Amino acid sequence: MAPALINANPVVYEKKERPVRSRPGDGNFDEYATELIDQLEIFDHIRDIKDPEHPYSLEELKVITEDAIEVDDKRSYVRVTFTPTVEHCSMATVIGLCLRVKLMRSLPSRFKVAPGTHATEDAVNKQLNDKERVAAALENPNLVDMVDECLTPSYE
Amino acid sequence: MTLLEEESLKLTEVQRLEGHTDRVWGLAWNPATGADGVPAVLASCSGDKTIRIWQQRSPSSTSFDCKAVLEDTHSRTVRSCAWSPSGKQLATASFDATTAIWEQNGSDFECVSTLEGHENEVKSVSWNASGSLLATCSRDKCVWIWEVLPGNEYDCVSVLQGHTQDVKMVQWHPTVDVLFSCSYDNTIKVWADDGDSDDWHCVQTLGESNSGHSSTVWALSFNSTGDKMVTCSDDLTIKVWDVDIISLQSGDGNASWRHVCTMSGYHDRTIFSVHWSKEGIIATGAADDAIRLFAQSQDHSVDGALYKLLLKKEKAHDMDINSVQWSSTGDRLLASASDDGTIKIWKLESF
Repeated sequence: MAPALINANPVVYEKKERPVRSRPGDGNFDEYATELIDQLEIFDHIRDIKDPEHPYSLEELKVITEDAIEVDDKRSYVRVTFTPTVEHCSMATVIGLCLRVKLMRSLPSRFKVAPGTHATEDAVNKQLNDKERVAAALENPNLVDMVDECLTPSYE
Repeated sequence: MTLLEEESLKLTEVQRLEGHTDRVWGLAWNPATGADGVPAVLASCSGDKTIRIWQQRSPSSTSFDCKAVLEDTHSRTVRSCAWSPSGKQLATASFDATTAIWEQNGSDFECVSTLEGHENEVKSVSWNASGSLLATCSRDKCVWIWEVLPGNEYDCVSVLQGHTQDVKMVQWHPTVDVLFSCSYDNTIKVWADDGDSDDWHCVQTLGESNSGHSSTVWALSFNSTGDKMVTCSDDLTIKVWDVDIISLQSGDGNASWRHVCTMSGYHDRTIFSVHWSKEGIIATGAADDAIRLFAQSQDHSVDGALYKLLLKKEKAHDMDINSVQWSSTGDRLLASASDDGTIKIWKLESF
């Protein structure tokens, strides 16, 4: 028997429309301009990450929204506040790890990434922001497999 | 110290050491080098599972070369390293749950002993002043004390339980056999034994209720006389503590440590490393990629601040700074290690 799901029946929301952004080759694309990293770009990197428990994306489950992303390009700082489908979800650490790994791989190395949940006094947040614990977790092959599986759709 | 106050200080990068292929976590200067015509030796350890040994080209040179790469022993990140007081052994603590002891044999280093016992990641290792005891700590919440026996034998004499979380660092007092540990549980614990028995126990806990830190305590360091200790934390502060050194040295391991002051408002990201130089300068390395130097203030009149910021080196590295270490000889050389995979050697200069 498969282990019981933490949230067996999550609410699934519609995906947001994806606005077209200027890309190399477009008439008005200035390849010499420094491209600022904004909320939408961060959202694009993480919207398709798959929930560890469901075949839906974090966007579809509203675990992440564009509004819950704070970016300070000048200070190279990104904070993503995510909302697990159920409060105190034990999957929160895995989701946070996925967010952190995806952004570490997608953004220039100068960026500091801080994923966290809404629950203010939360052990999950402390763990996710302890880079030594994150480094040790990412040396655990089982956890890395789990993270990679969630991240696969976000590279497509 | 008066001199320092009057001087204009500058931290100049003298060399960038490249070779590690992942973040560099820890650094240790060999205490038996860097003086009396012996070129300074620095060890570094990394997420690439190796330890590198760097040696000064000549005693007065500021150029360092990589002399050895210690590999194929640890199977995971090497988190920290420490030289024995004689400089003959190097201990390395790894996420693979082991601590390795290395000795130099000609130009090669060989692993002469592997200390097993912790359940998971070993985070830190420290030798006592005489080199007869070694301490290690781990995410398993325990601190182990090992006795150093002849023939590269290490005997566990005590397993100290008291922290409720991951223990980040262990450090022996520079003159007395009293051990300090700091943790993810936000506290610093002081451990001592009852004279000659091996009955080690916690004699003091410095926590939030006694002016301690409100988040993970990452590191601690002592001044040269051992009557003061500085701690740094994820709560963005550094704190100075002191003790009655006479009673501590007369064998009273229970002598209690007192909060002296908190330096807040200087850091805006986690402070991972703090190190007190022999000369009295406190260096910090933080997640904002900067190095800061502090020293005791001479004029108490202005705002009553006991310590003041001497300088802040912004963008000292491209990424987080995990370790800052002053060379043991007082020549004002500072080494820093970073997530950017490099080590930098700095010279503190006055003009």
